[in-house]
Amino acid sequence: MAAHDTTHDHHDHDHKPTGFLQRWVFTTNHKDIGTMYLVFALISFFVGGAMALVIRAELFMPGLQLVHPEFFNQMTTNHALVMIFGAVMPAFVGLANWMVPLMIGAPDMALPRMNNWSFWIMPFAFTLLLSTLFMDGGAPAGGWTLYPPLSLQGGLNVGFTIFAIHMMGISSIMGAINIIATILNMRAPGMDLLKMPVFVWTWLITAFLLIAVMPVLAGAVTMLLTDKFFGTSFFSAAGGGDPVMYQHIFWFFGHPEVYIMILPAFGIVSEIIPTFARKPLFGYQAMVYATASIAFLSFIVWAHHMFTVGMPLGGTLFFMYATMLIAVPTGVKVFNWVATMWRGSMTFETPMLFAIGFVVLFTIGGFSGLMLAIVPADFQYHDTYFVVAHFHYVLVTGAIFSIMAAVYYWLPKWSGRMYNETLGKWHFWTSVISVNVLFFPQHFLGLAGMPRRIPDYNVAFTDFNMISSVGGFAFGFAQLLFVWVILDCVYGKSRAKADARSWEGAKGLEWTVPSPAPHHTFSTPPKIRDEDLAHGDVSH
Amino acid sequence: MQIAARMSAALAALMAPSAWAAGTPERWQLNMTEGVTAVSREVHDLHMFMFWVCCAIGAVVFGAMAYSIVKFRKSKGAIPAKFSHNTTAEVIWTVIPIAILVVMAVPATRVLYKMYDTGQPEMTVKITGYQWMWRYEYLDYQGNPVNYGFVSRLDRVSDNARRVNSGVDVNTVDNYLLEVDRRLVLPTDTKIRFVITADDVIHAWWVPALGWKQDAIPGFINEGWTRIDTAGIYRGQCAELCGKDHGFMPIVVEAKPKAEFDQWLASMSAPAPMPAPAPADAPADTPASDTPETPATAATPASAPVAALVTDNGRI
Repeated sequence: MAAHDTTHDHHDHDHKPTGFLQRWVFTTNHKDIGTMYLVFALISFFVGGAMALVIRAELFMPGLQLVHPEFFNQMTTNHALVMIFGAVMPAFVGLANWMVPLMIGAPDMALPRMNNWSFWIMPFAFTLLLSTLFMDGGAPAGGWTLYPPLSLQGGLNVGFTIFAIHMMGISSIMGAINIIATILNMRAPGMDLLKMPVFVWTWLITAFLLIAVMPVLAGAVTMLLTDKFFGTSFFSAAGGGDPVMYQHIFWFFGHPEVYIMILPAFGIVSEIIPTFARKPLFGYQAMVYATASIAFLSFIVWAHHMFTVGMPLGGTLFFMYATMLIAVPTGVKVFNWVATMWRGSMTFETPMLFAIGFVVLFTIGGFSGLMLAIVPADFQYHDTYFVVAHFHYVLVTGAIFSIMAAVYYWLPKWSGRMYNETLGKWHFWTSVISVNVLFFPQHFLGLAGMPRRIPDYNVAFTDFNMISSVGGFAFGFAQLLFVWVILDCVYGKSRAKADARSWEGAKGLEWTVPSPAPHHTFSTPPKIRDEDLAHGDVSH
Repeated sequence: MQIAARMSAALAALMAPSAWAAGTPERWQLNMTEGVTAVSREVHDLHMFMFWVCCAIGAVVFGAMAYSIVKFRKSKGAIPAKFSHNTTAEVIWTVIPIAILVVMAVPATRVLYKMYDTGQPEMTVKITGYQWMWRYEYLDYQGNPVNYGFVSRLDRVSDNARRVNSGVDVNTVDNYLLEVDRRLVLPTDTKIRFVITADDVIHAWWVPALGWKQDAIPGFINEGWTRIDTAGIYRGQCAELCGKDHGFMPIVVEAKPKAEFDQWLASMSAPAPMPAPAPADAPADTPASDTPETPATAATPASAPVAALVTDNGRI
């Protein structure tokens, strides 16, 4: 076999199926499936965002102006379900689908037909979930965590919600199996494990987390189902059960779940910062081991979501210490990103702006997380807006910012054109300012005593709620810019063509194929040259 | 630790002039209350200690980033270095954080031990969470059983104002959403043990001034304890989503000096001659009006004198 000739392959391998059904519904192509996941995630982001704006609109002033408390609870519950299962997770899966095969020199995912099902389950699952908004009794309103007995007081929505969650879980499990099989079996010769991009490593580890815990969630919600419809009493004390057991099972899923939502983000940032610093990622092996440590530790900290349930002292002490420990590998990663920037030669295009914003703001979210780990203090923070501030910092300025960074970073590869850099910067700056106006005051609200999940509050909490709501609307509208930039990049008339190596400092196999990437790439395995890789030099 | 505690207290006073007014949140309040118990003050100190440690770490990390962003820019002609790892650095910035964590864990453990020590109480109060109100029952006091309890609901004025499009400007309602019809009256300077449960779904009982919260779980009993230093009125809320009126089932503790409390309790549990039964929908009586000073009036009890658990604002 001669050396891989990309221009020749471009002609042969860019032949896309014709017709909507063939191209999109029956596709087995990792790029098209990746695109569909990303579009689905973007739509979900706006649906979940709209729910958030209902929340922030009601909370703008004390008193109930817009919605009844029952509906408000539906908004908080579904905002979270849509954002977690509809926006963040599918976006990361979409990025994995697009980029993992390209990064390891594989022609596609290991199980392309299963890949198609993994995606197509999602629109149906969400239709099921969101249809409950229009049913008698409304959508689930007991919090996205679905704690019994409250969640079992729901009406029609209980069964539909559980069914939707099962569907989403199956989608995730199949996707995770695909990722592991692809990474372990289909790397091109020369792509050793410890030469893989960090994004591939983080997704490999995330996939193991998914397989480990999505079945646990399925078990928990199935027990809810049987308690509701089949006379069991897993979670009812009257029948010999225990509502707290649900919390243990749920959070055994729930804590690794939040790491599922952040490890790919760590991978993305580890790709972007070296590119724009024109310097290798500092401490590649440490980064891999730190990610693995975080994943392991994520299994033994779940009860820090439950410090107030009445756990014995030994339990709270163990979970406090274990939770504090996670700060260590996470800190190592932050220090390594900073060390990558140190003595680099940086430029600040939009992907780099989002990546730097991630490092700063995720770290702030990490600090509030560390404070939450301290049990005596947590007795004051738990179920207040301090927690809401914490997880929105790590999820919005963390996960979501990393997804945006990734989209800006890889859009040239996907579309073959450079997006409008000026508008991208506008999107960044309006987002980063408004998101802080939105969430930073929530720390103060929590410390001052405002509980979570309430539609109305004492007048003392007015001022920071007002500021937060203004930030919320600003952030929401700023995201329209993001949509515009993407549409303009893909369909607009005057965008510049992107090179194969779209960014000067970019390294990795994905930058060796043309932009836009042909429909089929690496049909024959590439000949890997260590200089093309970001981590080809194994002496570090 | 002493110096740090004093510094934190000083800075906390700067940041939260409300530190002394522990009972009710203030507008623009930035920080956690110090509260009115030894435990709540220790919790506040722990919180501030964590906060300052995080600020220090943040200053170092963000400082290094800011410096890099200014100095190591391509536009300034910076040439990128080639180094890609340094094992010594990795070891240092693994070991030092572990040391910092140990320093944090020691006081946290000490305070947690204290918070779990519900032994030798002088009084026990049972708290039951309902959708959407609290029931308080005095079980024993100073070694003697007490058989007195009542249900505590969101005060009527707030409850009216909070309806969607009620037409009432909530800024005119005193202690909006933080007042109840029957306050939980407790003695100061007394170790009080709480046994907490619920009747339907999970609730949580939280008064920030006391420094802790615990979930109220149906079919199970959780414990808490407190020793209130200062007489006053301390307000809190349910802290676990429990349905549509989760935001509308507040908690108000009225702490009286021991002597006054003894008098109050005696008048409550004494089988006094029953006046004409108060109609169930009696307009809100004086306790709803907020006097931030010590609740000195022992003149008239909150509503018609009640004996045991039978009559209770006319409802069981």
